[in-house]
Amino acid sequence: MTYKETLINGTKGLFKPDGLTPMQKMALRFVVVGVLFYGLTAIEGMIMRMYQIEPIAGMNSKHFFAIMTAHPLVGIFGSSYLTVFGAFLFLVPFLMKKPLWSIKLGNWSFILITFGTLTFWFSGFITHYAPLYTLYWPLPADFTQFNPVGGAIFILGIAIVMVGTIFFVINIFKTIAYTPEGHEKVSGRAMLASATGFSWKESIFRRKSKRRDNLVSLPVAAVARGTVDTLLNAGIITFTGVLILVYMVAAIFGYNLQDTAVDALLYKNWFWWGLDLIADGLVLIFVAGTWYLLAQLITGKDLYMARIARLALWVELVVSWTVWSHHLLADQAQPAILKIVSGEFVTAFELITQGLAFFIVLVTLWSARPLKMTNPLKFLLGGLLGFGLAVPAGIIQADIGLNRILHNTQWIIGPHVHVAILVGLVMTLYSAVYYLDWQFRPELFKRISV
Amino acid sequence: MVDSTIVLNGQTIAYSIYAVVIILLIAWFGYKITKTGKAGVLKTRLFTALVIFLIVLGVSLHITTNLTIPWVSIDLNRDNITPDEVINISVANHKFILPEEKLSVKAGEIVLFDVTSEDLTYGFGVFRQNGSMVCQMQVVPGHRNDLMWEFETPGIYTIRSTEYSGPKGHQMILPDVLEVTE
Repeated sequence: MTYKETLINGTKGLFKPDGLTPMQKMALRFVVVGVLFYGLTAIEGMIMRMYQIEPIAGMNSKHFFAIMTAHPLVGIFGSSYLTVFGAFLFLVPFLMKKPLWSIKLGNWSFILITFGTLTFWFSGFITHYAPLYTLYWPLPADFTQFNPVGGAIFILGIAIVMVGTIFFVINIFKTIAYTPEGHEKVSGRAMLASATGFSWKESIFRRKSKRRDNLVSLPVAAVARGTVDTLLNAGIITFTGVLILVYMVAAIFGYNLQDTAVDALLYKNWFWWGLDLIADGLVLIFVAGTWYLLAQLITGKDLYMARIARLALWVELVVSWTVWSHHLLADQAQPAILKIVSGEFVTAFELITQGLAFFIVLVTLWSARPLKMTNPLKFLLGGLLGFGLAVPAGIIQADIGLNRILHNTQWIIGPHVHVAILVGLVMTLYSAVYYLDWQFRPELFKRISV
Repeated sequence: MVDSTIVLNGQTIAYSIYAVVIILLIAWFGYKITKTGKAGVLKTRLFTALVIFLIVLGVSLHITTNLTIPWVSIDLNRDNITPDEVINISVANHKFILPEEKLSVKAGEIVLFDVTSEDLTYGFGVFRQNGSMVCQMQVVPGHRNDLMWEFETPGIYTIRSTEYSGPKGHQMILPDVLEVTE
């Protein structure tokens, strides 16, 4: 078979699109387009590196910074969000043994996130709107450097992605809570409480004999807890987009709004609180949950210390709401108490929660030796190594003394951000992608029932 | 006060050793789990010890650095410290405006850089001749941005913005504008 035939028809012609269920088609759409956006992000990254070594003919600094602005957003929303959302829209109903609440809504999530990503990417490419992903106020509304029309289209693209994201959130929570026709009625509120962790006391502090069973499996609990941060983040980004859009629309119609009307430091706190829900919230929670699932699939055994793992996911969720100040350690007007408590000590809890996830997975794998070194296992180990390297690098940066000499250097974007995403997150996702034929292998999932 | 190079080098060495150890650990683990052997499960007591170790490690890292890195105490107590010299700098339209064309401070003296922004969020960083950074802070409009620092090593230093402020921002460099004398 030629490469083209393999690409279209699969290895040995085994890919039969006509035989796929609507669920499989939806999940594949998410993953395939997510991987394509990953390729775009990788190419952008290489172009930027080449430009920094030697400027490329026909590419000016405005275009360079437009790429730099779109690059992380395409990576986060276009690639990571699509791949993760596709996998979880498939996984949650499968583990809960009931249909997805709405395949139609799932497909709309896919369409909106894809279209939104293309919209802000093209806007950046054509108009060079480039406030960088940090959007520090009043830079996004600085119309001496940027065209407000280009900026408005860019923000519109982000807003479309957020609508698609909110559709995903609704679909996940509805799927967890609803009772399909013909099934025994279960309280939706109880299901959501169990999934998000608000009933965690039931299983931790009660005597063993009086403990109630969890209503959802650990991977579903991880998806639900990460989805809480996804929702909060979507709210913050949407509000911020609307705020910026007000200034842009005013500029388009010839009105100059005072750009000092928003306090730059307050805005920075607000923005980082929301943005950190991705990096220090949903990514870590989703990844830990995926590790737990993969460890059980690979070994066929129960997870070691599953109750502690479930609690650690809840702690990670709460920690993710309180760590934003580590992004403001170099801001001298930021209160010192916030720098020390939120920026340093609460942030250090990520070392604990992620360290626990790391060891729980290793011990679970160890308990099933000898294991065959399959591709999922290789990628899982790669994913563990990625976060084993990247999380301590972040904790080092989240230190008042070291931040003074590391902030805005290659340290954070190299050993922390890119190692976390390229090695940690991507390898974890690739490991999970090997199980895309879930529906054909139900025996794998027998042990992951509640 | 120690030069920030020493802290930077120490941190680089410590993290590099850690990186090598964790890579080797995963490689060893990957090799061992494919081999037949005792598939024991970690005892609860050892797991508890691990949790305590991680908590102690996470918390002690910051306590240690806050107590040993000299500029931390200066930074946290800067309202109560009288600097030997104050340098007022303003930034507007992607340009640093210095009180004098060239700045001069003495090694061992405490200098306060008081930087204000008239428009955007910028950065303020001091750099050595080899391009490495001595220290930096963010410069946020509408707020006081004061960085107190004690230079250890005499020499010529460059000031540049360390925060993205649009495509014009990368030109915000004042080469060899700060001299630290004996």
